[in-house]
Amino acid sequence: MSRVTRFAARDPGPSARIAGFIGHLREQGYQLGVGDTLIALQALETVDPCSIEVVRAALRASCVKHREQQQNFDALFDSYWLQNGRVREKAAPKPSERNLKGGNSSRSTAGQDQDQGRTDTPDNGEGEIEASGVGRKVAARRDIKLKKDLRQWVSPEDVTEAEQIAKQLGEQLRHQRSRRYTKHAHSTYLDLRHTLRKAMTTGGEPLNLAWKMRPYRPIKIAALCDVSGSMEHYSRPFLAFLAGMMRSDPNADAYLFHTRLVRITDTLRDRDALRMLNRLTLLSDGVGGGSKIGANLERYAERYARRFVNSQTVVLIFSDGYDSDSPEPLVNALQRLRKRGAKIVWLNPLKGWVDYQPVARAMAAALPLLDHFAPATTLQDLADLGAHLQ
Amino acid sequence: MTPDIQPALESQGYLAADNLSMALHIAMQLERPLLLEGDAGVGKTELAKALATHLNTELIRLQCYEGLDAHHALYEWNYPKQLLTIRSAAAEGKSGATVEQRLFGEEFLIERPLLKALQATSRPVLLIDEIDRADEAFEAFLLEVLSDFQISIPELGTIRAKQRPFVILTANGTRDLSDALRRRCIYSYLDYPDRHRELAILHRRIPDADTHLLGQITHFVHSLREESLEKKPGIAETIDFAAAIAGLGLNDLSDNPALVHQALVTLLKTQADLDAIAPEVSARLAGRA
Repeated sequence: MSRVTRFAARDPGPSARIAGFIGHLREQGYQLGVGDTLIALQALETVDPCSIEVVRAALRASCVKHREQQQNFDALFDSYWLQNGRVREKAAPKPSERNLKGGNSSRSTAGQDQDQGRTDTPDNGEGEIEASGVGRKVAARRDIKLKKDLRQWVSPEDVTEAEQIAKQLGEQLRHQRSRRYTKHAHSTYLDLRHTLRKAMTTGGEPLNLAWKMRPYRPIKIAALCDVSGSMEHYSRPFLAFLAGMMRSDPNADAYLFHTRLVRITDTLRDRDALRMLNRLTLLSDGVGGGSKIGANLERYAERYARRFVNSQTVVLIFSDGYDSDSPEPLVNALQRLRKRGAKIVWLNPLKGWVDYQPVARAMAAALPLLDHFAPATTLQDLADLGAHLQ
Repeated sequence: MTPDIQPALESQGYLAADNLSMALHIAMQLERPLLLEGDAGVGKTELAKALATHLNTELIRLQCYEGLDAHHALYEWNYPKQLLTIRSAAAEGKSGATVEQRLFGEEFLIERPLLKALQATSRPVLLIDEIDRADEAFEAFLLEVLSDFQISIPELGTIRAKQRPFVILTANGTRDLSDALRRRCIYSYLDYPDRHRELAILHRRIPDADTHLLGQITHFVHSLREESLEKKPGIAETIDFAAAIAGLGLNDLSDNPALVHQALVTLLKTQADLDAIAPEVSARLAGRA
């Protein structure tokens, strides 16, 4: 296979390559330790590593620890071992297709040129063939410019401040208690049943008393943050808040959505605030574009909520309710979330305005299904939220 | 090349995907627990059963549930028996010291699955089912057992595994498992089988049924899984459905759409799903199958 990556002659051998591959996976967010490198090597020893598919399967089985990882493993494998990145880049313009188009009509190529390459190509219009050849690249460059840098939105200082607030909120939330009693050493409730059982050891005399109490039942927070164009100015404090919350509360769960839904829980837990923001920026291409609230919430209710949402969950939705789609999917999704017993709190930055009326179609449709509908423009608004989350 | 375990499982009637058989192969070779995740009904528990039959060994199953604690999983002293022994010893006039020697012997120990797996003489398959239902505290406790394969009973001392059991953990996503647990295991996510494999499974399970009909049924179930359902039908449901259809004497799904619709109770397990698939929808799916 000619596609297989050629390693330099000074490369110290297979073990080092595997270690390199593990490092490659680690950069992509896989949590793998030194022990895992060893497992990967041992796994390869148990199979016949002459075929690339066997190696792929063995490494997949030993490195993948998550469903999401199982899905993107193949691409990562290819990019390391098969130099897929470089190959694809070369193949990207697909010469056969381009020739076909060029042969068909020159006008269509010119149209493509207008669509993709115009604004940034200085030699625009000079030659059709060249324009269509580089058009894709230029388009990609423009895409990057459109991409919002989240670092402009959130600073590491914001995150520290929000962390404090999120911590306070977390403390407030913990005051909910379960209805069941469990054993507890320092309580004022006598656990009769257990006391009697203990009494057996002392010949039926209840000398050692046992106590019980109702344990705290922490509330889980699942937060979904709208980062579409209309929310651009408001998402900032909320993202900081989410980052703060993820650090202080191991049970919390966070998502971004614009046209897609992205789970950012693990990213936000990164200890280095700056690196976290970098990773977040990478995850959120499409920020500042349109939003599909209904579709995204539906995807959430279908995929993630099944795992993470139960009766102890509060779902925080931070959005202005301007949806480009019809409200039905939104209502459907909210109903499904309610069915799981979750509390739904919608934070709308526009609600802080003087005579705001929830007239946006999606917002109006969602209103009857919400447990709480509150304004949220600053971190303080979020701090005041505690009372409503219980 | 596929690992040898694949044909071995196949002879037990379990058709494992390549991914899964490789994970199982590595888990067995490296003596690591195998963590299987996937929707209900994709064959996670079945794998453990098939493996136990193939290895001709005992399958020890620990079903997890909310509130499961170490006592239910490991061992418990048989209190009533101990009390009775004390009473009878007192009646016979024996001294306290001799009775006490006996009270915490193995005859008063009730073995729960984990201890049983450690004490088994031939290497057993230990199935820890639906680990995500147990509390996080139990998960942490389990980590300890799984890393050393030894437990300490204060009255008896430390019990080491005679042979390391093959451990299979299953989870269907009630909650997210801790990274620590994931790290210690070989992981594999089980998806619904593709059409080809599901057909093969049906063939094995219902050998008398007509090939054409089984093909239609797999097609039907696959299109049903693409509908938006609360609970997608798993393989077990497909087998039930196929058995129901074959039992009803149908030879072709499009023959009697009404009957097919009624047989949906074997596939769809919530009222909302049954409502979502109207007779017209099932007829359309059956017609296309």
